[in-house]
Amino acid sequence: MRRGEALALVGENGAGKSTLMNILAGLYQPDGGRILVNGAPVHFRTPADAFDRGVGMVHQDFMLVPSMTVAENVALGLRHLHGRLRLDLAEARRRVVEVAEHHELPVDPDTHVWQLSVGEQQRVELVKTLCLGAQLLILDEPTSALTPQETDDLLERLKRMTAEVSVIFISHKLNEVKALSDRVTILRHGAVVFNGTTADHSTSELAALMTGHEVVLPRNQGGGEAGRPVLAVRGLRVRGDRGHLALDGLDLELRAGEILGLAGVSGNGQRELADALAGLRPVEAGSVRLDGEELAGAGPGRIIARGMGYIPEDRHHEGIVPGFSVRENLVLKDFAAAPFSRGGLLRPAEIERNARHLRERFDVRCSSLGVATGALSGGNIQKVILARELARRPRALVAVYPTRGVDMGAEEFIHNQLLALRREGAGILLVSEELEEIMNLSDRVAVIYRGRILDVLPSREATRERLGLLMAGVAA
Amino acid sequence: MSRRLRLVYASAVVLAAAAAATGAAALVLWAIGASPAATFAVILTGPLQDRFGASEILVRAVPLTLVALGIAVSFRSGILNIGAEGQMQVGILACAAVALAFPGLPRPALLPLCLLAGAAGGALWGGVAGVLRARLGVNEILSTVMLNYIAAQLYTFLLRGPMIDPDELMTGSGTPQSMRLPRAAWLDRLVPGTRLHSGLLLALVLAALVWLLLWRTTLGFRMRAAGAGSKAARYAGIPVERSLVVAMLIAGGFAGLAGSVEVTGVHHRAIEAISAGYGFAGIVVALFGGLHPAGIVPAAVFFGLLLVGADMTQRSAGVPANMVLVLQGVIILAIVSAKTYLDDPYARERMARLLRRAGLLAPPPAAEGEAEP
Repeated sequence: MRRGEALALVGENGAGKSTLMNILAGLYQPDGGRILVNGAPVHFRTPADAFDRGVGMVHQDFMLVPSMTVAENVALGLRHLHGRLRLDLAEARRRVVEVAEHHELPVDPDTHVWQLSVGEQQRVELVKTLCLGAQLLILDEPTSALTPQETDDLLERLKRMTAEVSVIFISHKLNEVKALSDRVTILRHGAVVFNGTTADHSTSELAALMTGHEVVLPRNQGGGEAGRPVLAVRGLRVRGDRGHLALDGLDLELRAGEILGLAGVSGNGQRELADALAGLRPVEAGSVRLDGEELAGAGPGRIIARGMGYIPEDRHHEGIVPGFSVRENLVLKDFAAAPFSRGGLLRPAEIERNARHLRERFDVRCSSLGVATGALSGGNIQKVILARELARRPRALVAVYPTRGVDMGAEEFIHNQLLALRREGAGILLVSEELEEIMNLSDRVAVIYRGRILDVLPSREATRERLGLLMAGVAA
Repeated sequence: MSRRLRLVYASAVVLAAAAAATGAAALVLWAIGASPAATFAVILTGPLQDRFGASEILVRAVPLTLVALGIAVSFRSGILNIGAEGQMQVGILACAAVALAFPGLPRPALLPLCLLAGAAGGALWGGVAGVLRARLGVNEILSTVMLNYIAAQLYTFLLRGPMIDPDELMTGSGTPQSMRLPRAAWLDRLVPGTRLHSGLLLALVLAALVWLLLWRTTLGFRMRAAGAGSKAARYAGIPVERSLVVAMLIAGGFAGLAGSVEVTGVHHRAIEAISAGYGFAGIVVALFGGLHPAGIVPAAVFFGLLLVGADMTQRSAGVPANMVLVLQGVIILAIVSAKTYLDDPYARERMARLLRRAGLLAPPPAAEGEAEP
């Protein structure tokens, strides 16, 4: 790693990227080997040691205290401001303003962190790390929670910052790697398999190096006639968490044997729509019919029983019970039905058989079926959820950001499974922010804007430009 | 770490905890002028000297087991029930009231009826907290602690007023206790000459049933899912609120049953301080037993030993009764700390690394091939 350089560190889930960076940041201790900073061997016992040598890390899950202001959060790490009884907050505030201006990272030092959007919190993390004197910034998947706009914005700022600081950037998204980094290092199974200049290699070359084989993201080849409408939504009105009308008279029709992509800037009602379809959010008005049966206002249990599948946005907390074994999570929706139970008694042998079968079919990588599912990597957790939902043979499936934060190998697998489900005649509502994912997989693309469907395009007309305009609220 | 090393490490932690507990307790005992060595000898070996002492351990273990089983069900279902003490007292009142109201019933009818009434009383008290949490989102720690206060006052009020033994009023001694229960409501004594009663068998059977409930029934699956990940459970169509209420009914029912067993098996009347802190000690037993029946039963026996041993110190070592509570607290703190430490894999790794750096331990096999520069 050289001074003033942007190095991208890529690799599949579980390749060891985060472990390596946590060692550099002083959070984990190495069992062997050496770290050299400016030619001198160092030993980081704590993150403070690492900061003393100018190494700072921004974690994937932000390390901020929500109830404190931005300046207070930064002051936490500035030990020299901590007097015996007094904390020099004014100085911390001054540092925040200074660093924010210098690096063009606009943050308000007096706002409470909980009031900030994810993108703003990310900027606070950057400012905090820079205030602590980081010369080498480590960013662990900094874009995984950002909207496309926020991502572009972040990449732009990082690019400017490389004039003064060095950046190590962990990412799954090879287009971001191409956009930001000078050099790229690829890890596989805990070892470096590739080191090179980013400009000399295409994204598909990098993808192949990362996974060890050629990755071809599958496409929807069309074909199969559009079937009967399986899910019909009429005039749906649903309130969001803050009490505003998140869906305001939304109409949508999903047919059997099609993938309907739902494009839109996040926060335009996607989350509320998915939750309402699953019965997890009260429906104020309108109708949701699954194969003709009215399900608006029904509870999640009944909707699941009628054959609705759901891959929720937050796979760690909504998709699985993290403390449950893989075996248990695979029957989370069906444990009370045959063959997994009889007369209120569970049948462990059947549950085990189901788990073995699905582990093989969906290539879930876990040391045993009894291991806590929360301990698996993101991609494997998603495979557990996918396995459970697809094994139920749903009539309609709502998939929300199904490949967010998973590596390309897993993405390829998930896409293939969704296409296979489509061939079996299910209707799939694919909610995604990745236009490429939507355009690759969808038969039709609906664009959601401010709680309504602005337009529905057949996939051959859904170009990046047209979708971009619609997502911005410009109707053709 | 190898298996042998892990064993050595575990023993070292346990020894360190024991040493810390002994040290702290010795200091306290020394300060009041008692002999620490004699006191410890009495606590740990006194109860095992004769058959009566040994039987008393089990007498204490029965209510501890029952309370802890209920606690395990509620904690596993994601509801931190601190109210077993109050649920026990309401259970005792219900049990005693039924026994005294139907003294003429034959034993096969009266005894089960009493136990059921006790369980129902506890379930009612627990259910209040469950419904408050499920319907209104009232924090269950708050509600169960407050319900404890109410139950304690209700208990005292009834024993001093409406339910007081008329003999106490006649003789003028006024001890707050109920009339003696009819013999048909007494549990059998298992060993003649001791107080060990058939509640022990009931506790063991129920321990097996709780295991079955939690890990082998759909109801248990629902409750555990709601406890381990309420959001995911809701997304999977599991009625989380309902399972919270059911869990609190079961937890309260077990606490109420513990009280009933104490009344019908040991004291044969409702007296003051009958719950003897079992409702709180039961929480420690449940946690110490890993919220699992197979851990709870031995944990209850061990805590039974501590309780009986501590009682004996008063007679044998001249240590005042209240001192005993201090010793119990110290011992429990040490045990729980040691267990927490043993369960933490990072702490183990840290220790291994320290030893390695000090040269007391060979480096891990993976690093052996590396050449030192």
